Amino acid sequence: MVTVTESPGVVGAVETSDKVASHLHAVASFDLADHPMPHGREEVWRFTPLKRLRGALDDTPTHDDESGPAATYEVRAGDEVLLGTLAPGEEPRGRGLVPGDRAAAVASKNTEKALHVKVPADTLVAEPVHIIVQGGAGKRSNAHHVLEVGTHASVTFVVEHRGSGVHAGNVEVIVGDGANVSVVSLQDWDDDAVHVGQHEATIGRAASYRHVSISFGGDVVRLTSNVRYDGPGGQAEMLGLYFADAGQHLEHRLFVDHNEPKTRSNVDYKGALQGAGAHSVWVGDVLIRKVAEGIDTYESNRNLVLTDGCRADSIPNLEIETGEIVGAGHASTTGRFDDQQLFYLQSRGIHEDDARRLVVHGFFNDIIRKIGIPQIEEKLLATVEAELEKTV
Amino acid sequence: MATLEIRDLHVTVDTGGAHDGSDGPKEILKGVDLVIRPGETHAIMGPNGSGKSTLAYSIAGHPKYTVTRGSVTLDGADVLAMKVDERARAGLFLAMQYPVEVPGVSVSNFLRTAKTAIDGEAPKLRTWVKDVNTAMAAMKMDPAFATRSVNEGFSGGEKKRHEILQLELLDPQVAVLDETDSGLDIDALRVVSDGVNRFKANGDRGVLLITHYTRILRYITPDFVHVFVDGRIAEEGGPELADRLEAEGYDRFTTTTV
Repeated sequence: MVTVTESPGVVGAVETSDKVASHLHAVASFDLADHPMPHGREEVWRFTPLKRLRGALDDTPTHDDESGPAATYEVRAGDEVLLGTLAPGEEPRGRGLVPGDRAAAVASKNTEKALHVKVPADTLVAEPVHIIVQGGAGKRSNAHHVLEVGTHASVTFVVEHRGSGVHAGNVEVIVGDGANVSVVSLQDWDDDAVHVGQHEATIGRAASYRHVSISFGGDVVRLTSNVRYDGPGGQAEMLGLYFADAGQHLEHRLFVDHNEPKTRSNVDYKGALQGAGAHSVWVGDVLIRKVAEGIDTYESNRNLVLTDGCRADSIPNLEIETGEIVGAGHASTTGRFDDQQLFYLQSRGIHEDDARRLVVHGFFNDIIRKIGIPQIEEKLLATVEAELEKTV
Repeated sequence: MATLEIRDLHVTVDTGGAHDGSDGPKEILKGVDLVIRPGETHAIMGPNGSGKSTLAYSIAGHPKYTVTRGSVTLDGADVLAMKVDERARAGLFLAMQYPVEVPGVSVSNFLRTAKTAIDGEAPKLRTWVKDVNTAMAAMKMDPAFATRSVNEGFSGGEKKRHEILQLELLDPQVAVLDETDSGLDIDALRVVSDGVNRFKANGDRGVLLITHYTRILRYITPDFVHVFVDGRIAEEGGPELADRLEAEGYDRFTTTTV
């Protein structure tokens, strides 16, 4: 019993010239004037509960005061990793990320000193670089991290978001030629947190980039994850996993800009929803530009609805300007438990509750197994189990 | 030791009504009587659409089918009152014609979970691993199977071997095999049949073998053969009845029961 809520927007079969102002061509800009305050009917904001953002889109400085900082940032990294700060416009800040919406623009504008984590060329960093963002209750924080990885270097970043408050945070990733970079972003917020922001990578020639977004906590989380390429042959894997509980709004928006030939991308997001008012939004945009011959892309979003009263919006958009490609596809499904799967497991003596657990674990497993960081995989399995305790 | 007793079983399936012009539930089984005693192997043969698979699913408790009359008991216990998993724990097993894919759940995890549920306690790790490996080798399944997701990407033959692997490991009282022979090449048919025969060799196990063809009966010898037509048993006999069906086909039955 699976209902497909796919509403693909395949625009332009081979070539288009005068572009309609689709959201795949949003004006990226550091200037806040280019990103007016949304009223809620804009295509890119229509799913987001603006009233619950608690001022996250306001042009507000970080609320540090005598009671303490609005958020703390702890970086755990080995000596081979260089740490510093970057002012707005200071190279390489801005090379990998230009704000595509107001959330990213206010985060950028209000971050005077962006955290700069640099991995020199040819450096293989064995242990994940850990960045822990701890938000303070009732406070507004802005952040912008620049993760710069030199040519042929290899590293995994884990950005862990905890605590409370309102956080507008960007992560800018510069992937050098031939580098191999993973960024795992954990949204492990307290129940009342608000988190908006943009993660964006520019992927060098023949480089490999993996972005994993994992959202369990928070009242409202709205993250945009983008990639574009800085040379041919790069590949991007964009993975996501979320579990929306009652009243929670988890929104993941992706944009893969195939602006170079022979690039590849694979997007795979999976989410479960349970409880009244649980709301997930997934918007996957892929643009294949005219120059992007020989590319291969696939995007998939699957939602598992565990109880009544949930809503999953899932919208893949594919815009193709050249037909000279290897492949382009997408899939989107939203469904309840598969009765056949439950019957099969139960017919082997497995109790109904355990059968449901197995199915949900299985649903998430193939994403979890791809993360490649054992501690996080274990933590996620435990988190999924804890979430399931609530309904199953 | 357990006797499966089916009495006057009537079963309907929800046809979905408006879609096919029919309305509401359609009666598939129209009074089935069958007793499987310990150690007996019964073959049910019949043309397509006669209700053979419905019988199998009804015994297992598939939610799509509704029992409107009759009874199914296992050693006197009311099977129809049990949930699907309770039936399995009571000693029933259904090898399915179309085993279901369960993405992300590994075969080894699935087997261990099922074994734990059936036995009421987790199997001893060391002997369990050995048992699984032995059973897989007997079914000529590559050990790598244990790490694959249940039935996902399995070929038709691999799915059937996996069903019989479960039969051996879970060791039920009564096994219902629903067209386990369909889609098997001759080598796989032999492997699967050997597995069923090992299960039978335990002595007091019951087997209900549902098949369209007599082919598998050359490897698994039935004690009784039942011809299933239009939702009930039309004729019963010994193994010789299968030979007669092989020669004459089902025409004799289908033309007289219109």
